[in-house]
Amino acid sequence: MNCQETRHLIDASIDGELDLTTQMALDAHLAGCAACRAMHAGRASLVRRLRAGAERFDMPDALRSRLLATRPGAPAEPAAPAPPWRRPWRWPWSDATVADQGPRRTSGPAWALGGLSLASAAAAMVLTLLVVSPDHRNQLAEELVAAHVRSLMAEHLTDIPSSDRHTVKPWFNGRVDVSPPVPDLAEQGFPLAGGRLDYVGGRPVAALVYRRNRHVINLFAWSEPATTPGAVRLTERHGYALLHWGQPGLAVWAVSDLNRSELEDFQRLWTQAGGTAWPR
Amino acid sequence: MVQTEGPPLPNRSPATRFEETVLPHLDAAYNLARWLTRNHHDAEDVMQDAFLRAHRFFGGCRPGDARPWLLRIVRNAAYDWLRANRPAEVSGFADHDPADPDGAACVEDAFHGPAEDPETLAMREAERRLVNHLIADLPVEFREAIVLRELEGLSYREIADIAGVPMGTVMSRLSRARHMLAAAWTAKSCGGLP
Repeated sequence: MNCQETRHLIDASIDGELDLTTQMALDAHLAGCAACRAMHAGRASLVRRLRAGAERFDMPDALRSRLLATRPGAPAEPAAPAPPWRRPWRWPWSDATVADQGPRRTSGPAWALGGLSLASAAAAMVLTLLVVSPDHRNQLAEELVAAHVRSLMAEHLTDIPSSDRHTVKPWFNGRVDVSPPVPDLAEQGFPLAGGRLDYVGGRPVAALVYRRNRHVINLFAWSEPATTPGAVRLTERHGYALLHWGQPGLAVWAVSDLNRSELEDFQRLWTQAGGTAWPR
Repeated sequence: MVQTEGPPLPNRSPATRFEETVLPHLDAAYNLARWLTRNHHDAEDVMQDAFLRAHRFFGGCRPGDARPWLLRIVRNAAYDWLRANRPAEVSGFADHDPADPDGAACVEDAFHGPAEDPETLAMREAERRLVNHLIADLPVEFREAIVLRELEGLSYREIADIAGVPMGTVMSRLSRARHMLAAAWTAKSCGGLP
């Protein structure tokens, strides 16, 4: 990737809209080019300041009441206390001090991961799976489904194809900030297919790939220091099932097109066999 | 032990469904109308029009897509209003490829210099005013892209759907808009203003 191509893609990169391959090519160029790095830093800084400083205009209550009164068959509503959706939301990286100075200015998490790949139609299809989600967890679920689908479409299921847990586990060393348990569940009908580096929620995460007959299970794990073991949560998106649970210091999501009960079986076996995680 | 999460089943009256679907996004809708018209009174006109359209076309709203759907209606209502009242603002600004930006080093300095300084309350307020002034000065297509991306946090795909343009156009508009903002900011910051 040369300077011109890099500068063309810097904004999409800041917006998290590049596919992993293009993003890595861009990162490689930035590592060796001070001028592009400066431009990237300047642009990222501009974006942070826009998000922290741009005014967000809340609808005045008078207008809200007037609009609500025009609903067919609805009486005008008295002004109610701010419902949950009107509470402030901030970009996690925006400067809290700046954001606290005035009326809220930012809203709407949309951790768009996606596929503005120059070459890949598959990535574009992944993007069509993304819809607006009301909160971070939903957005994360969307991203994980997109990552799962991408792993199936882009012929990039594994970076380290191996059914040997002693090969897969060390491969993550130095690549992600966590060393996830890699139990071998072949005897229980979930053979290990390998491991992969993926990119979710703006960070690299470990992806373990298991198979169940002709189905694929992507298990995503990343370090989350505050995580304690808790209930397993099921989410369904676009026909995929997602199970989310915590291990000490570790967030884990399993995504598959398996039916729910089989995925729950997998979750139970994986947790039992994997024991605790060892975040590094 | 397993809790199910997912959208509620759509087993309700259309009026209830409309409320549940549209009302949570009214602030985002107003914010867009306000930025596109640049004042409250015109934004109010746009919102009244958009709200009626939303009622009329509610059947076309797919579950889960309410926010981009509503924003698209507001956007179209705003453009119709601008065409009728301030046609010069929607004269069809050409979408150029972003030029190679100049002055990156200066922008860099302006952004990395005083941010951590403790005397900065007043400066931050000035900076905030400057940010809003610069965004308001952008041509409407670019302003729209910035508001949808930086304030609403929408993806390129969603912005493309709302604005009715290809994703590549969204990418180049955002890039161009940020370039214009950086250049204008540099002109102000390096020209002596805080």
